[in-house]
Amino acid sequence: MNIVVLVKQVPDSGAERTLSASDNTVERASASNVINEMDEYAIEEALKIKEAHGGEVTVLTMGPSGATESIRKALSMGPDKAVHVQDDALHGSCAVATSKVLAAALRTLDADLVLCGAESTDGRVQVMPHMLAERLGVAALTGARKLTVDGSQLTAERQTDEGYEVVTAATPAVVSVWDTINEPRYPSFKGIMAAKKKPVQTLSLADLGVAADEVGAAGATSQVLEYSKRPPRTAGTKITDEGDGGAQLVAYLTTEKFV
Amino acid sequence: MAEVLVVVEASQAAGVKKVTLEMLTIARTLGSPSAVVFGDAAALTDKLAEYGAEKIYNATGDDVENFLVAPKATAVAALVQQVQPAAVLLASTQEGKEIAGRLAVKLDNGLLTDAVDVAADGTATQVVFAGAGIVKSKVTRGLPIVTIRPNSTTPTPQPATPALEQLTVAVSEGDKLTKVVERVTEQKGSRPELTEASIVVSGGRGVGNADNFKLVEELADLLGGAVGASRAAVDSGYYPHQFQVGQTGKTVSPQLYVALGISGAIQHRAGMQTSKTIVAVNKDAEAPIFELADYGVVGDLFKIVPQAADEIRKRK
Repeated sequence: MNIVVLVKQVPDSGAERTLSASDNTVERASASNVINEMDEYAIEEALKIKEAHGGEVTVLTMGPSGATESIRKALSMGPDKAVHVQDDALHGSCAVATSKVLAAALRTLDADLVLCGAESTDGRVQVMPHMLAERLGVAALTGARKLTVDGSQLTAERQTDEGYEVVTAATPAVVSVWDTINEPRYPSFKGIMAAKKKPVQTLSLADLGVAADEVGAAGATSQVLEYSKRPPRTAGTKITDEGDGGAQLVAYLTTEKFV
Repeated sequence: MAEVLVVVEASQAAGVKKVTLEMLTIARTLGSPSAVVFGDAAALTDKLAEYGAEKIYNATGDDVENFLVAPKATAVAALVQQVQPAAVLLASTQEGKEIAGRLAVKLDNGLLTDAVDVAADGTATQVVFAGAGIVKSKVTRGLPIVTIRPNSTTPTPQPATPALEQLTVAVSEGDKLTKVVERVTEQKGSRPELTEASIVVSGGRGVGNADNFKLVEELADLLGGAVGASRAAVDSGYYPHQFQVGQTGKTVSPQLYVALGISGAIQHRAGMQTSKTIVAVNKDAEAPIFELADYGVVGDLFKIVPQAADEIRKRK
């Protein structure tokens, strides 16, 4: 099975994140950047499917030159190769434009299965898998906590607020996964060394036949007008329980009219 | 006044979800609210009317209901072409966002997600970076397609007499690629849904084991709230993943958030720090959760929580 995993480099969600003062895009240049956590689960799932059914795993990333670091990290887990869509004109692309570029890249890769994380920790927009499925005319099975592959038949348990839905489709398909689906492996030393030699193909917008004015700030379908930091929360009252902590807690909740 | 399409979130158990009423309330500032209902609308009509739906578009049938997302996006896209609405509002839930995504591609239109408010000119206020920042944004191509986060605004009734219109949806084969073969309900009891609840009581690693989560559930039930869990508690198998609050779980913004045995790692704070009031119980006085708690009790939750539960019973 020819599997492509979408990997996004994002600012570390454990560190302070901000928008760039000059153009209100996510500040990536000065941030500590990592692989979007959920994507590691997609890589793991791809590797497990390859181990069980054979095939090839390709990492696909759209991002600035610095994203190479995350691509190598992804490859160190075990995928065979990577494609990096990189073009200065992509800076500031909205989700609609991003899906156009990724769909164009996926058309060149002829994947049976496209795997990705259910959402990225920076935007948390959660729309990419269905946008890609819409553009490519393939099935989308999203929010999977379990995926079963039987030949060309895919069955997923899609997590919902009430429980789950069992959804089925035939390949080609896009599948997005939550972090409940597996436990991603750590790269081995051998894997890290091997990743340095794995092929990474760089594609420009011209290579994909996408015009520069369809993406980036020029082609954006939405615009951030202003950004402000929320004032940080401050600590309120803190008491130490001396036998009546529960009662005091309820007294507070009563004052605040929750009881 | 132009119509504003509100894609209704509802469930069989709960009927019209609160976020739908919030959307109808916001829609009134943008135009005339029209509800779009997938599946049987009969049980939902009264509530939608109470909150100001002037029209109800209803699409039913296997083609719409038994395939994932795509047919719904096709239906909404056709409706947009037909009525030329001022905006489309959807819930910021997995499915709401997914419909919005497909709709944006179909119409080559911008979209904004996780909005907490939409002004009359279509400018949306969004909470970003897990509650650390606020942005104001606008769709610059096409009409505003905006998803609204649950618990963004207080729904206010404004009774209307909606006209019901059945939609005939031309669902293509391409919309029927992913079949929903089974819907399984795992959530037990009558607790409010996590993202919609006004009160959320969550347990963390400090709760110790799955059985002890009964304590968290008891307090939640006494307060009429939902139960949540930290990632540490979920990873340890204490509570199911759909109740996880945090960066890789649900984002909640209730009136009251009670954190029991939760240290307050950034992973968790990301999912709850926009809550109005935060209360924490933790045995570690240095736990970061106290940095954002309006009221904190340092001590043993196994003593404090049962005492609090008794106290609430007394006051009832």
